[in-house]
Amino acid sequence: MEYQAKELFAKHGVPVTVGTVITSPEEAEAAAEAEGGRVVVKAQVKTGGRGKAGGVKLAQDPQDAVAKAREILGMDIKGHTVHRALVAPAADIAEEYYFSFLVDRANRDYLCIASTEGGVEIEVTAHENPDAIARVSIDPLVGVDDAKAAEIVAATGFDATIAEQAADAIKKLWTVFIEEDATLVEVNPLVKLGDGSLEALDGKVSLDDNADFRHEDHARFEVTEDEDPLELAAKEKGLNYVKLDGAVGIIGNGAGLVMSTLDVVAYAGEKHGGVEPANFLDIGGGASAEVMANGLDIILGDDQVKSVFVNVFGGITACDEVANGIVGALQRLGDEANKPLVVRLDGNNVEEGRRILNDANHPLVTLVDTMDGAADRAAELAHAAN
Amino acid sequence: MAIWLTETSKVIVQGMTGSEGMKHTQRMLDCGTDVVGGVNPRKAGESAVFADGSVPVFGTVAEAMAKTGADVSVVFVPPAFTKAAAIEAVDAGIGLLVVITEGVPVHDTAEFRAYAEAKGATRIIGPNCPGLISPGKSNAGIIPADITKAGRVGLVSKSGTLTYQMMYELRDYGFSSCIGIGGDPIIGTTHIDALAAFEADDETDAIVMIGEIGGDAEERAAAYIKDHVTKPVVGYVAGFTAPEGKTMGHAGAIVSGSSGTAAAKKEALEAVGVKVGKTPSETAELMRQVLAG
Repeated sequence: MEYQAKELFAKHGVPVTVGTVITSPEEAEAAAEAEGGRVVVKAQVKTGGRGKAGGVKLAQDPQDAVAKAREILGMDIKGHTVHRALVAPAADIAEEYYFSFLVDRANRDYLCIASTEGGVEIEVTAHENPDAIARVSIDPLVGVDDAKAAEIVAATGFDATIAEQAADAIKKLWTVFIEEDATLVEVNPLVKLGDGSLEALDGKVSLDDNADFRHEDHARFEVTEDEDPLELAAKEKGLNYVKLDGAVGIIGNGAGLVMSTLDVVAYAGEKHGGVEPANFLDIGGGASAEVMANGLDIILGDDQVKSVFVNVFGGITACDEVANGIVGALQRLGDEANKPLVVRLDGNNVEEGRRILNDANHPLVTLVDTMDGAADRAAELAHAAN
Repeated sequence: MAIWLTETSKVIVQGMTGSEGMKHTQRMLDCGTDVVGGVNPRKAGESAVFADGSVPVFGTVAEAMAKTGADVSVVFVPPAFTKAAAIEAVDAGIGLLVVITEGVPVHDTAEFRAYAEAKGATRIIGPNCPGLISPGKSNAGIIPADITKAGRVGLVSKSGTLTYQMMYELRDYGFSSCIGIGGDPIIGTTHIDALAAFEADDETDAIVMIGEIGGDAEERAAAYIKDHVTKPVVGYVAGFTAPEGKTMGHAGAIVSGSSGTAAAKKEALEAVGVKVGKTPSETAELMRQVLAG
C-alpha cells in the first residue's frame, strides 16, 4: 500500500512526504492540522484506480478532512474495504512523471520504465502514446550507477532543471529495489512541485516473499484483515491455497499439476451443470500425512465445497502418506466430514496408498484410476449435491 | 545422445549431506547415475554412506571437479546459501548446474544467472525445478526414475509434477530427456534453450512442451518454433481457470491483467502449428498421433 511504500522510500532517502495514517474519521482532524491544514485524504488499499473510485479527496481544512475521511473509510474499492487512509499535505504540482524498476522476466534482468507523462496508469500511456515511455535495461551485475542514472534521465527526457535531482532520486529508488528485495518499485506520480523540487507523491512496492528470511522487518507490512478467512487459515498452516468460487474442492501436489487439475475439473464440469473448482491447494513435494490432513481440514471447512478431488502424482510425495493423511483426517473429523472424496493416486508407493484406502473402506471415499475419470466423478458428485 | 545429461556425465551434489541431499543422492545412485562426490566445506575429507557404497565429500566444487572430473552439479542447499553455492560452481567452471532449491530470492537468481552468462562456461537449470533425467542414462535432480524408460520423445516443462504426469501418460513410448526448467520468474534454462537442444539431438524425434500461466515464455517459444524447430512439437498449458492477480503456487505463475493467460499462450502455440491439448491426457493422445505418423 501507498503508506508502506512511502515508508520504504523515506528510509532510503527518496524525497517523499509520508503523511499520517488514520483508521477513523475523528483522527483526520489532528492529522490534517499536523500536515498543514489543506490536505489530501487517500484510501489505502492494495489496488490501483483509487482516484477514479472516489478514494482520493482534497480537504480544505481539518474539519473538511474529517468529512472526507468519513466518506472514504469503509468504502469498497474493487472488492477491497478501506480500513485506513493517508492524510498528506496537498501538493502544489507543476509536472507529473512516471517511474519504476521491475524484474524483467523475458530478459532475465531488470528494467526501468519511465515517462514524463505521469499521473495516469502506465498501461494507458503505453497504449495511447508509446513513444512517451522510456525503457532502460539494467545489468544485475552492475546495477544503477552514475552512468546508468544519467542514461535513464536522458532516455526519459527529464529537463535540465530537474536532471540532477532526478538522477539522485533514481539512485535512491534503486537502493529501495535492491536492499529491500523488491520485485517492483513504482512511483506514480513522481512530481515536480511549484518550488522546483522533486517528490514521490504516490508509490507502490512489491516485495519478494522468498527474501523474507533476510528482512525480518518486512513482516510488519503484512495486512491480513482483508484476506479470505480460509486463505488466512491455510497460510497459518503453511499451505499454498487460493480460494475460488466453485463447488469442487481440489487438493494436489505440485503447482503445475494442481493448476492442471483445476482446468480438468472445469472441463468435466461442463457436462455436470457447469460446476467449477472451489480452490487451488498445493500440498507440495514430499508432503506428510499431517500436511494432507491439514489441507483436507481447510477444504472441508469451505461451505461452498460439495465434493473433493484429491489428485496426487507421487514423485517425492509418497502415496501411502497421502492415503494415511486422508484416513486420519476423516477419523478425526468424524461426522463433520460429510462431503464425498474422489481420490486419484499414481506414482511413488501407489499400491500401498490404494491398499490403505481400500482397507479403510470409508463410505465417503471413491478411488478412481485416472485424472480425467476422477475429475468427472468429482464434478458429477458436486452437481448432484447442489 | 539425449540432451545435456548422458551416461558419461559425472555428477556432484552441493548440499549432499543434508537430509534432502542424502535422500535424493540415494535415488540418483539407485537409477545408475554416476554420482562421484558431494560438497560441504564442514565435512571435507569425510565420506557419505549410501546403500551400495560411499561417496567422498569435498570442501569445494573446484576440488571435487579436480579430483573426480565432475561436469554436473546438483544444488540442494537452502535458499539463503544458494547464490553463494551457484557462484562457487560457476567460478569452478562446472558445465551444468542444476539448482533444485525452492524459494531463492529473485535478486539472487538474477545475479548468479547473469554471472554464469558473463563467464560463459555454465548452463544453469532452475532454480525451483525438479532437474533433468535422461532415462536409462543419468538423473540429475529429483525426477522419479521409475515412471518411464528411454525413448525418443523430448520433454520440457515448468512444472515438476506435470513433468511426471506426462512421463506417465507416455510411459510406453519413453523419453530421450525430460527437463523441468522451474517455475520461478527468472530461470537459467528456458523452453527455447531446451527446444534448440532437442532439435539438434539425433535421439529425439518429437517434443512435448508444457507451460503454465505467467510471463510470455510460451509466446516466445512459439516464435522460436516457427523459425527454428522442424521436429513435431505438442504443447500443454496449465492454468486456464486461474484468476487474475493471484499467484498459483509457483512464484512466476500469475496472470497480470490480460497478459500471461493460458488462452493467449495456447493461441500463440497453435498459430505456429503446435498442437495443444486441453488436458494432460489429450496432450499425450496428440503426441501418440504424431508418433504414429
